[in-house]
Amino acid sequence: MEVKDVEIKSMKTEDFRDNETLQKYIDELQKGGVNVAVGALNDFINWGRSNSVWPLTFATSCCGIEFMAVAAARHDFARFGWEVTRNSPRQADVIFVSGTITYKMAPVLKRLYDQMSEPKYVIAVGGCAISGGPFKSSYHVVNGVDQILPVDVYVPGCPPRPEAMLYGMMQLQRKMKVENFFKLPRKGERDAVLEEYDNNNKEGESK
Amino acid sequence: MEKTLKLIQSLSSTAEKVEAMDFTVAVAKDDLRKVAEKLKAEGWDYLINLTAVDNQENIEVVYHLSKSSDMEKLLVLKTKTEDMQNPIVETVCDLWESAGLYEREAYDFFGIRFLNNPDMRRLFLRPDWVGYPFRKDYDNTPNEKFSTSVHDVASMENVPSITLNHHGEIEEKNVNLFDNDEYIVNFGPQHPSTHGVLHLRISLDGENVKKIDPHFGYIHRGIEKMMESMTYPQMLFLTERLDYLCGSINRHALCMCVEKAMNIEVPKRAVYIRTIFDELNRIASHLLGWACMCNDMGSITSFIYGFRDREKIMDIFQETCGGRLMVNYYVIGGVAQDLHPNTVNRIKEFIPYLREMIKEYHTLFTGNPIARDRMTNCGFLSKEKAVALGMSGPNGRASGWHCDVRKVAPYAAYGEVNFDEVLHKGGDTIDRYMIRLEEIEQSLRIIEQLIDKLPDGDFKAKVPAIVKVPAGEYYQRVENARGDFGVYIKSTGEKSPYRIKFRSPSMVAVSGLDPICKGTKVADLIMIGGSLDYVIPCIDR
Repeated sequence: MEVKDVEIKSMKTEDFRDNETLQKYIDELQKGGVNVAVGALNDFINWGRSNSVWPLTFATSCCGIEFMAVAAARHDFARFGWEVTRNSPRQADVIFVSGTITYKMAPVLKRLYDQMSEPKYVIAVGGCAISGGPFKSSYHVVNGVDQILPVDVYVPGCPPRPEAMLYGMMQLQRKMKVENFFKLPRKGERDAVLEEYDNNNKEGESK
Repeated sequence: MEKTLKLIQSLSSTAEKVEAMDFTVAVAKDDLRKVAEKLKAEGWDYLINLTAVDNQENIEVVYHLSKSSDMEKLLVLKTKTEDMQNPIVETVCDLWESAGLYEREAYDFFGIRFLNNPDMRRLFLRPDWVGYPFRKDYDNTPNEKFSTSVHDVASMENVPSITLNHHGEIEEKNVNLFDNDEYIVNFGPQHPSTHGVLHLRISLDGENVKKIDPHFGYIHRGIEKMMESMTYPQMLFLTERLDYLCGSINRHALCMCVEKAMNIEVPKRAVYIRTIFDELNRIASHLLGWACMCNDMGSITSFIYGFRDREKIMDIFQETCGGRLMVNYYVIGGVAQDLHPNTVNRIKEFIPYLREMIKEYHTLFTGNPIARDRMTNCGFLSKEKAVALGMSGPNGRASGWHCDVRKVAPYAAYGEVNFDEVLHKGGDTIDRYMIRLEEIEQSLRIIEQLIDKLPDGDFKAKVPAIVKVPAGEYYQRVENARGDFGVYIKSTGEKSPYRIKFRSPSMVAVSGLDPICKGTKVADLIMIGGSLDYVIPCIDR
């Protein structure tokens, strides 16, 4: 599968930026190849999955208000199948880290992430979640949630506009569509997968 | 005020008046308690703010006092202690209830222990935190090796305090906040109706609330400390990230404080524009507060309606400022750019539109018998308690306290417009609910009067390229959507402030949860929290 085959109902492929990165992902994910029957089933499951992604109601500060605006009447993310927000991490597919994460909050966020069931995704919304943003020099702020969680999509802004969040959501949908569902990490496997990925990267650097 | 000075001097021979913009009196540490008791008896029953300042050779504690019956009056009381290793000051938390949390904050940031304060835990930082970050000698570089293990909540319930025993020696005590057999429920920090990351430990008796212990600090970013190394124009943007729902009003406070200190006269056009934008911001905030409260009570339709109309205000902001939630519009000396030519018309169209919509809100939710039944006679707050807690703003006015800063100490263009201060007598949840919708109507009235009178001329005064606030101490109050918001600046004449402190109206609102909710059902706690309408990042700063 190639990026140009990934269809999102509301946006054309060429309107997305940086399609090359995603293509790289795809090549990496599909190195082994799959047979036709499994491939078709995979596409079918991914079609369903990517059109019904339920986010966790999680917000620490300002970005949370924009997240609420995305959920409300004008922007309405239910149009894209993000439908409802879930109050329990156990029922959620994706966590929007919207807002600053402090040293006191970091363990709580980690625990919330651990409570989510696989497959799970993380979107870092806003400058604070990406890198600490305006609070980078503070003595109590985590400089980027990628220090504690694996992040799938970054949405920059302070706070990002609702349109930017919708764009980030669609990017995640595309990522979900190209994934090989049957090879996704199952319960408890994620740490091992991440470790392997880290090791591979390290080897690449040393070479 | 001279009478008050004489009164203080009669109690403390060393008390002296300090030259400052507000009426300031410095008293010796040992006389503080006597003076405070007398002032309280004289009617200074509203402690606005308590700030600590590290002067390197001594630590100063500054009390901002006012009278609930005459809020225009402002008295600044100061005391200091030379002991940097083990600073101890006598508490005033039994005189003014709001002091309890402020003193904990001072302990957390400066390590000042307050004698006889029954609760001397850290307020914001983790219990295992080392050092006091607001001390000038604290190394405040980010710590890369932070812990991702959850701290032991039980250790937060171990309450240390210090008292004097009958020999006059200091005695340290440790008590447990909750008994062993109490049933305790965690609420937050991740919960959709905490309006941020508030953590409550609730002791329950069956379904009834016995005691609530709020934990803060999950979004403590150290904004005040960061500002100490920023120039004044640089730090303006951080004020909007305190209470993001009415960011412009906070920014207005800081701008006014600097302008007052530097004696800058803001052009009339800018003053009018600021007032209009403040009120728009207040409407947006109250709409969101209403929408979220209704959502917490189960009415998702109200949430959608509130946000639908809020978007219209966002459109107005966006056209002039480019931003939606964070408008970054006010600067020292005026506003960043002139109004967009469409703005006036848009606002004029918006006013009648929202008036119609408010009727719809009343039909949709206020008139609903289930909602009315739930809100009436629930979550009572008396006027005396509101004053003692310092709970000003809509919450105080719902209990009948005349405390609108726009009325009692008019700033910007509020002195020139006709509007009513909405007062309710009941103090119930329904009063706090109604007051927000009624205030939206008053805000519309203010905008309506100003929008036609917009004067021509400059939108920004000439300000020196490098903003240096003259040495001294300044305090500026504004009425933000949640109450009495204040900025305290201590300057040494440099480009950046020596100490800056924000008075958060949300903090006192949360401290009111315990007395209000005692005896109510735990389900009503959500509703009462919604009616208090606090914003946690404003508390944690």
